[in-house]
Amino acid sequence: MSSVMRPAWRSLSRGCTRLAVSQRFATQLNQQRVAELATSATTPPKGKVLFPGATGSHYTEKLNFQRNVDSIPTYRVLDLDGNVIDKSQDPELSKEVALKMYTSMLTLNAMDLILYEAQRQGRISFYMTSYGEEATHMGSAAALKLDDVVYGQYREAGVLMYRGFTLDEFMNQCYSNALDYGKGRQMPVHYGSKKLNFQTISSPLGTQLPQAAGSAYALKRSGKDACVICYFGEGAASEGDFHAALNIASTTESPALFFCRNNGYAISTPVRDQYRGDGIASRGTGYGMDTVRVDGNDALAVYNVVKEARKRAITESRPVLIEALTYRVGHHSTSDDSSAYRPKSEVSEWIKQDSPMSRFRKYLEKKDWWSQKEEDSFKKDIRAKILKSFAAAEKVKKPPVKYLFTDVYAGEQPWNLKEQEQELHRLMKEHPQHYSTEGYEK
Amino acid sequence: MRSTLAAAAAASRLALLRQSRLCAPARRGYASPAGTPPPAEGFMPGVATSRFMKQTTEQALATKGLLGSPGTESKKLNLFQSVNEAMDIALATDQNAVVFGEDVGFGGVFRCTMGLQEKYGQDRVFNTPLTEQGLVGFGIGMAAVGHTAIAEIQFADYVFPAFDQIVNEAAKYRYRSGNQFDCGGLTIRMPCMAVGHGGHYHSQSPEAYFAHTPGLKVVVPRSPLQAKGLLLAAIRDPNPVLFMEPKILYRAAVEQVPTGDYTLPIGKAEILREGKDITIVSWGSQLYVLETAIAMAEKEIPGLSVELIDLRSVLPWDVETIEKSVNKTGRLLIAHEAPVTSGFGAEIAATIQERCFLRLESPIQRVCGWDVPFPLVFEKFYVPSAIRCVDGIKRSLNY
Repeated sequence: MSSVMRPAWRSLSRGCTRLAVSQRFATQLNQQRVAELATSATTPPKGKVLFPGATGSHYTEKLNFQRNVDSIPTYRVLDLDGNVIDKSQDPELSKEVALKMYTSMLTLNAMDLILYEAQRQGRISFYMTSYGEEATHMGSAAALKLDDVVYGQYREAGVLMYRGFTLDEFMNQCYSNALDYGKGRQMPVHYGSKKLNFQTISSPLGTQLPQAAGSAYALKRSGKDACVICYFGEGAASEGDFHAALNIASTTESPALFFCRNNGYAISTPVRDQYRGDGIASRGTGYGMDTVRVDGNDALAVYNVVKEARKRAITESRPVLIEALTYRVGHHSTSDDSSAYRPKSEVSEWIKQDSPMSRFRKYLEKKDWWSQKEEDSFKKDIRAKILKSFAAAEKVKKPPVKYLFTDVYAGEQPWNLKEQEQELHRLMKEHPQHYSTEGYEK
Repeated sequence: MRSTLAAAAAASRLALLRQSRLCAPARRGYASPAGTPPPAEGFMPGVATSRFMKQTTEQALATKGLLGSPGTESKKLNLFQSVNEAMDIALATDQNAVVFGEDVGFGGVFRCTMGLQEKYGQDRVFNTPLTEQGLVGFGIGMAAVGHTAIAEIQFADYVFPAFDQIVNEAAKYRYRSGNQFDCGGLTIRMPCMAVGHGGHYHSQSPEAYFAHTPGLKVVVPRSPLQAKGLLLAAIRDPNPVLFMEPKILYRAAVEQVPTGDYTLPIGKAEILREGKDITIVSWGSQLYVLETAIAMAEKEIPGLSVELIDLRSVLPWDVETIEKSVNKTGRLLIAHEAPVTSGFGAEIAATIQERCFLRLESPIQRVCGWDVPFPLVFEKFYVPSAIRCVDGIKRSLNY
């Protein structure tokens, strides 16, 4: 009998294939899952379909299209006044960690304010603030370890800050000066740090998602106790790379956390024009992934979710989808005036009713870990530090012009690049008035 | 093509699985025009008898530019077998190397990954979901944390969904991060060029699209020995490399291949035969068309002396070898299967015109595909065939 004529559940080869496919990525802890799969492949459960495409399905004689399922709930720990609603959910962070999270938020906020203004004054070419999304950054960063690889979109500066990226390092990148690790080649806010395991940001949206899956697979193969976290907005989730990434992470059983910042807008596009399903989270189960939705303005909830997701990703070798609901309080970027597509009152209402920072601050104050006095003194102090760092970065020269041609390739520079570099030098020599290198390092 | 693939597979342990896959409507199978199946070796006259194929171990080991440890022995391999051997060596010598793509697990639709999963395990040689942008992005991510990713795109015609990942991401990864991060461990293999009956989407030669992208390397081998050495070089090169395998040669090209672990240099052309009247440059399977064309032209023009150069690397390309040759011959003909407008021939022609202006005796000839999508039943009218190449040689000489 040919394999195509045999009832599917009796097909040994199909059973073996399924088992093998699962085993190839199996870790010790999901051996049980593999065993269950193997059993279900050899015994036909009653009423279940025999088709290989959806072995979990049952037959029904009722014609039902699936449309609305219940909306996925939004997990929270803190109420708007900073009270822990269910004590069992309090992560009981140490004072040190909690204060690091909060002061990082304050620092990010103060830096955003200064650099936004700097762009308005034409001192840097571009900037993007993180207003309103501070809790997603610090809550998740605190739940990760430095060995975990981070892929960001561009609005995750707080994660880098929490990991220890210094004010000087931020400023140097935004000023594209000679101290910028990126050698002045990319636009401002395209940060990256080898030391802090934060892959360099690039502008094309969604491209980092399948890359995160690949890095996670590599971490798993190396046996590292680490995962990958990949941040993206709800707009980027409409890109094909989102679909590709979640699917490939799922089939390769890669320990990647896909962290969606759903802030309601992709530049001017409201979510109603972005998707019609139940947000981003509802897609996760479709890819066979553990999925959770969290209040992105609740730092403790984000912390709990990422901590648990990290554990699952590493011990069970599986990707996890996290959707953090939040609101983009600032403009999309310095090239955008958001009042052109949403009323200013909408923004001010949000700030008033649900600020992730004030919520977390209230929690800290209730614990007696923070006060107005400390707030005032920290703000004053950090503003001075930022301004100092800002002034220093502004004074540093631009990188040497030779960096225009290096790092395109590793190894020997190809002949065309060598010749083009020589050609530029000739032009610079002949037309010094048009190619002044003043302000650039030699 | 299907029937020959099935016949080969029948000999293997995986035959049943393979057949069941072939029974299903293949998204990417071939349709055979006019009901006549093409010959197993494809429509590639002259490959089997090509003088460029190494017939003996001595010839194989005497190949110029062999680096590493080619060993003292050779064996007769076709192109898919030599590609397989290169990956076998890459996996054996680098524990961080993995091979993946659509259908590579059971051996690949062209048999290039045969036996590798059995030998190295399913975590090192595995199928991905059917998503080119996904699997290339996945490869970039592996390479970004220091692993060696050998990705396969089933046909070069289907590389375009991954264009963004290749052009915006892989190519710029090192530059944009100031050399903090790179994806140099990535190699993307893809079968390319005409196969006799591939129509629009099983025939394309997309090298020129990628040649316009700084940060990439693009390599096209012409034979089994070349494929093994260049692929191992590509896998070990610290830059992302696109490796385009002329699919018509998978079975048709057979030669002696050194058994050892050797590489051939990327970025270096090879002079296949020396001559003094005209320089001809090409790459991939088109070289065999040119071999035939040169033989035809020599019959018509007694005493004709042609210099034929295999470019091997489209990016970076070996300007020095071609410039030197054209300065000697004074004439240049470039032939490639891809459409003529903005094909890589245009780049070579423009550069050589700049460098050899005073030595050129006639306009540089480009014998290429027409500026149309690759057609099914009109293939022989489309390709830069031997007769068109002879015509081009004569036009150059008679100018």
